[in-house]
Parts: sequence; C-alpha cells; structure tokens
Amino acid sequence: MEFSFFQVDNLSISFGGIKALQDISFTMNKGEIFSVIGPNGAGKTTLFNCISGLYKPDQGNIRFKDNSIEKMTPDKIARIGIARTFQNIELFDHMNTMENIMLGRHIHMKTGLFKGMFLWGKSSFSGKEEIQHREKVESIIDLLELQNVRDKFVGALPYGTQKLIELGRALALEPELLLLDEPCAGMNTEEKQDMIFWIKDIQDDLGISILLIEHDMKMVMDISDRVLAINFGKPVTLGTPDQVQQNKEVLKAYIGEDG
Amino acid sequence: MDMKRDYYEDVELFSSPVVVFWFIVLIGSLYLFPMFVDNYYVYVANYIAINIIVAAGLNLLVGFTGQISLGHAGFFAIGAYGTVILMIKAGFPFLLALPCAALVAAGFGFLLGLPALRLEGPYLAIATLGFGLTITQIIGRVELFGGRDGLHAPDLTIGPWVLDTDKEFYFLVITLTIFLLLFMRNLIKTRVGRAFIAIRDADIAAETMGVNIVFYKTLAFAISAFYAGIAGGMYAFVLKFIEPEIFTLLMSILFLAMVVVGGLGSMLGSVAGAVLLCWLDLKLRNILDIPYLGEWLKDLSENWFSITGVSNIQYIVFGSIMIAIMLFEPLGLYGIWIRMKKYWRTWPF
Repeated sequence: MEFSFFQVDNLSISFGGIKALQDISFTMNKGEIFSVIGPNGAGKTTLFNCISGLYKPDQGNIRFKDNSIEKMTPDKIARIGIARTFQNIELFDHMNTMENIMLGRHIHMKTGLFKGMFLWGKSSFSGKEEIQHREKVESIIDLLELQNVRDKFVGALPYGTQKLIELGRALALEPELLLLDEPCAGMNTEEKQDMIFWIKDIQDDLGISILLIEHDMKMVMDISDRVLAINFGKPVTLGTPDQVQQNKEVLKAYIGEDG
Repeated sequence: MDMKRDYYEDVELFSSPVVVFWFIVLIGSLYLFPMFVDNYYVYVANYIAINIIVAAGLNLLVGFTGQISLGHAGFFAIGAYGTVILMIKAGFPFLLALPCAALVAAGFGFLLGLPALRLEGPYLAIATLGFGLTITQIIGRVELFGGRDGLHAPDLTIGPWVLDTDKEFYFLVITLTIFLLLFMRNLIKTRVGRAFIAIRDADIAAETMGVNIVFYKTLAFAISAFYAGIAGGMYAFVLKFIEPEIFTLLMSILFLAMVVVGGLGSMLGSVAGAVLLCWLDLKLRNILDIPYLGEWLKDLSENWFSITGVSNIQYIVFGSIMIAIMLFEPLGLYGIWIRMKKYWRTWPF
C-alpha cells in the first residue's frame, strides 16, 4: 500500500467523557498548505497535540513518510522532521532570541556532555559547532527580520515578535512538515500581512509543507490549498477553500442557523 | 566594511583583553594567597572552595534545569565515604578514588532522577529529602563504613608528594574547583546547557523541539551529584574524620540556601552564595569574636532564640538574609551585581 506524505486515519481521543476528536482522517501532499478550521473548542489544538506526540490517541493512526508516529515521543517526532508553534507562546523566556532559535538546532548538533565541557577556543569541536549553527540561525533571523531583537531576552518582547521567534525556532529544526497553531492570533493587520508573506515563502522557497490552524477566514481562504473543517471533534467537510466556504454546515457553525 | 559577525563572541569566556588580565590576576592571587595568611584562613578557603563545587552542581539542577534537591548532603556523604573507603579497603590512590566515588554519587543521582521525572515542586523536594536522610541512616548502620563511630581519612599522597597540611591540600582543592567551574560554564554555554535551560523555561516546547526530557533531566541529576561527590571526597580530607552525623538535612538546606542567596541560574551566583554563607557560618560560630555586638548577640541567642541554650545566631542571620533576598532581590547576589554594573555603566545619570 502506498502512503502519502502525511496521513491521519480515523483518529479519536477522549478525555473522560469528552470525545475531543472522533474519526478524523485526512492526507496531506508534500508542499501543500493545509488548514484546519473550526469554532473554539472544536479540537484543532488537540489534533496538533496528537500529531506532535504530546497526547496519545485512543484510536487511529498517524503516518509521516514511512513512520507510524502515533506512539512516538515528542522528541522523536521532532527528529523525523515535524516542527510546531504554539497557540499560547511557549518560548524560553530567560534566553535571548538567538539562543531560543539555537535550541531549534538541537537535533542537528552533536556536542554532548564532554565535548561541551571542553569548549576551549574556536577550534574545539563544540566551538566550531556553535559558530557553524549560529550562522544558520543568523540566516533565519535575517529572513524573519529579527535583527534588532537578536540579543534581547524574549520574555519582555512584544507579542507579535514572540510569535515570529517561535516560527524561527520551528524553522531552525529544518522540518519537512510545519504545524502552525494560530500564527496570526492577536496580530494587527500589518503584522498579519507580513506573516502571510512569510508562510508563503516558507512553502515556496524552503519547500516545507504547512499544517495551519487559523481563525482569520480571509487568510485561510487566501493561502490554503485545502481546508478541513471540524466541529465538536468531528469532521464537517474537507475540500478546496471555495468548496468549504460554501458548505452549509460550515456556515452554520460559524455564522448561525440562518446564515 | 565587513559586516560578518564573529559568532564565537557569544560563547567566549574572555570577551576582551581586560577580562583576560583580571582573570589572570584572580587565578594568580588564588594560588599565592596561602603564602601570606596563617593556616586557619587556608582551612577556611578549602572549606569555601568545596562548598562552591557543591553549590555550582546544585545550581545546575535547581537554577538551570528547574528541579529541586533537598538531598545533596546524601551525595556529598557518598563522595566522602566512597573516597575514604576506596582508599582504605581497595588501596586506590586518591586521584583515582575521588572520581570513582563521585561516579558512584552520579549513579545514585541518576537513580534519584528517575522518580524525579514524574515529580515536581514540593513532591520532588520530599522525595530528595527522603533520599538524603536515608543515605546517612544506611551509612551509620553498615560496619564497613565505620558505623556510628565514623572513619579516619588516610594519609593523602599524590605520587611522590604527601599532602598533610591544609596549605598543601589547598592547591589541589583550588585547582579542581577552578577546572570544575570552567567545565560547567562551558557546558552551560553549549548544546547540553541550552537543553537544560529550555526544560526549565518551557518543557513542552523543549520536547517538541527534539530535546529528550528523560535523558536531560536524569543527566542534570547525575552531573549535580557528581559535583557533590567530588566535593564530599575532598571534604573528608579537610575534616580528616567523617561520621554520619556530619551529613545532616541542615547541610542539604544550607547548600540550597547558597544557591538561592547567590542567584538561581548563575554561575557567579553559586560562587558568591557559597562564599558568603560559608564565611558567615564560620564567623558566627564564634559570636564572641564580633566586636561590640558579640556579647549581646550571644545573650540574645541563648535567652530568646535557642531552646537548647546553644547559641544559634548564624541560622537566624541566614534566615534573615534569605528573607531579605527573597523580598528585595529575587535574583540573589548575582542580581545585585547586575544592578551595580548597570548603575556604573550609566553613571552619573
């Protein structure tokens, strides 16, 4: 049997009596921007948490390339090429921007306990590695125009900037699949525009496939190749943005009975 | 103009020639200092240096990785007993016995780190506290370890040299302390240290960025225990005699106090905290030596603060310092240092 790039089959999870996800299935093609929409509490973030290994689903499979990932730990899932951002920012507050993004290089670096202790100068193993990966991080900082906060601690930075640093940290992982959980939440129009450009760039230039959760319908319809709508943990419809926009149940969920 | 940044700057130990100069002055004066003072102060310096090693190790666990331990006196005891017993019973030379005993301590640290994966905050505090208390109970009951009678440290020889005075031992202690601090500083600046800090600040994000939480949390416990073990091994030779009663819960709490007073998550802080608390501890044991206030403090302590009639003013002073630090400067002595630096940089504005 041929597997697609990324595939979710009959995924279900419940917390006590609440069925957070029921029978969610979809496939993603490489290079696609795929959006998941739904009202608050529909189960979108739960879906992301299952994919990144934070929750273990009760039923169903998640396949990424040739791996079955539903039982893997989060760090293994990161290693095979899935990165994510969080709806509520999860940055390392006591590190600066550079170091936050450097953590995204963790899986690509090799310095362990002893090599780390022997950081004697530029030509030591860990010294060389630090320099090499900092160059890579600098290119991400340039891409996202974060130069002016490069050496600032992230805890005190504005919300929109923090969201960008999270995106940068996820990019530093060089993932093949990027999960973005409401990347534009709480941003003003201008910041949103920039974010849309970057997401398009990430898809086009870096060739990263993107799974997106977003509430801004205009943005979703603009950039998505396909959209999955869910409500109360159940799939409502799956299709191109135009098809989903015209679906009666989607309209009902978002606008109300007579919408 | 070359706009390319030198990325090594970010992790460099010496950011300028001035720093190199002061570093050499510091190291030089540390090595020359025993020539100018009498033996008691060399003993004090040994005592402080050993506590600095424990504080640095504990800070890695508490300050950098965000876990807690009230059982470091246990690792300290394992290091002390391990070193002495390996030397007496197995005939190991000191320089082999010390790292072996510290590795045993690290092994126990790893084991204690396993339940710590599921415990946080007060629960972890209780678990580690239990460990610290149990270790000394076990040591006190095993004949091999000298039981309640304790053990005498054997003569300390390294190759042809016999280190039988505090001054001779000092050079060994200070060298090890400097290297252990530099190792830890390097570790924190590179990949492993970043993973520790990431786990402390946002463990879920660290996990989804590929940091193996199980590995790094237990590693932090093991390294921290290793440092305490090395320090314990040397402490046995400062005291020349060890017994289980030395390694009390109070000792664990003092280690933690050094880290908190010095500044959580700061290497300089661990050094400052250890220096301050050790010095106060030794000074306040002889409160009568304090000019003017000595007599009065002794009366105060014996009449009002102590139920046993033994003066305990040092703990009252520690307690007051800790309360003051928590209230006014949660970053500890390191926070005060940062503020001073800022003040002078912008002075006179």
